[in-house]
Amino acid sequence: MKVRVLVLYKESVLDPQGQTVKNALNMLGYKYVKDVRQGKIFELELDQISQEEAEKIIPEISNKVLTNPIIEKFSWEIIE
Amino acid sequence: MKFGVVVFPGSNCDYDTLYVLKHVFNQKATFLWHKEHDLKKVDCVILPGGFSYGDYLRAGAIARFSPLMLEVQEFASRGGLVLGICNGFQVLQELGLLPGAMLRNKNLKFLCQYVYLRLENNHTPFTLKGRKGQVLKIPIAHFDGNFFAPPEVIQSIKKNEQITLRYCEPNGALSEEANVNGSLENIAGIVNEKGNVMGMMPHPERASESILGSEDGRIIFESIITWSERKR
Repeated sequence: MKVRVLVLYKESVLDPQGQTVKNALNMLGYKYVKDVRQGKIFELELDQISQEEAEKIIPEISNKVLTNPIIEKFSWEIIE
Repeated sequence: MKFGVVVFPGSNCDYDTLYVLKHVFNQKATFLWHKEHDLKKVDCVILPGGFSYGDYLRAGAIARFSPLMLEVQEFASRGGLVLGICNGFQVLQELGLLPGAMLRNKNLKFLCQYVYLRLENNHTPFTLKGRKGQVLKIPIAHFDGNFFAPPEVIQSIKKNEQITLRYCEPNGALSEEANVNGSLENIAGIVNEKGNVMGMMPHPERASESILGSEDGRIIFESIITWSERKR
């Protein structure tokens, strides 16, 4: 099973890297870009695990390791 | 007293810190390898600056799971003194021993420069040799030192007087310009609720000898030594 975890800063946290990308895009003439949030993607390959177990384990490791819950949030999906 | 300096792969201020403790302050000091489970009966644990595990994932995020960190957590819960400098501060936050998290500096630049710090609280084992309001000149060297915590956490650390150091002007005034990395409340250093764990982004070990340009960092080490001697 392959799982993709998407990590982004929470809305309450300023994302200066995203802001810089947004400014660059605006400068290039893409005026309709109003906001950019930059994040991280993790692709996890899981072996011998049921979907039920994965649904328990993925949030656990996302909270414990992949994100710092003080500043980041995550979402995930099974991609294979 | 005896100090222990934790060594992670990627620590790069470990030798400087050990040198200052041994040769500037004439204290016993030993390295503590992150993979061991032995604190070697030290009285104070220092997590030094550097880039543990290359800052992969997040600064301090992998180091936080090192075997030795279990002992450090237990040591801290018994009231043992733990000081995290720069990357060590980030590790302590990831461990949950100190509140908040570090974001990238507001200007997205790695900052390596002297800063001025206002000592906010001299009732901690790490600052008792200083005066409240005293201005210290100590260098910083970091990419992620932009202190962040949710509003309710900021409120509680202010209420409990956990802020020990704030970025300021040379005259001690707080300003946005002096707050070089964008930290909330100009926070450069904090202690935990009990006061036995401190994290600071500036490097006191780089400001402990006049030949290096400043001796203001001595206050931190002298405070720890004085506190430990009084306790004995």
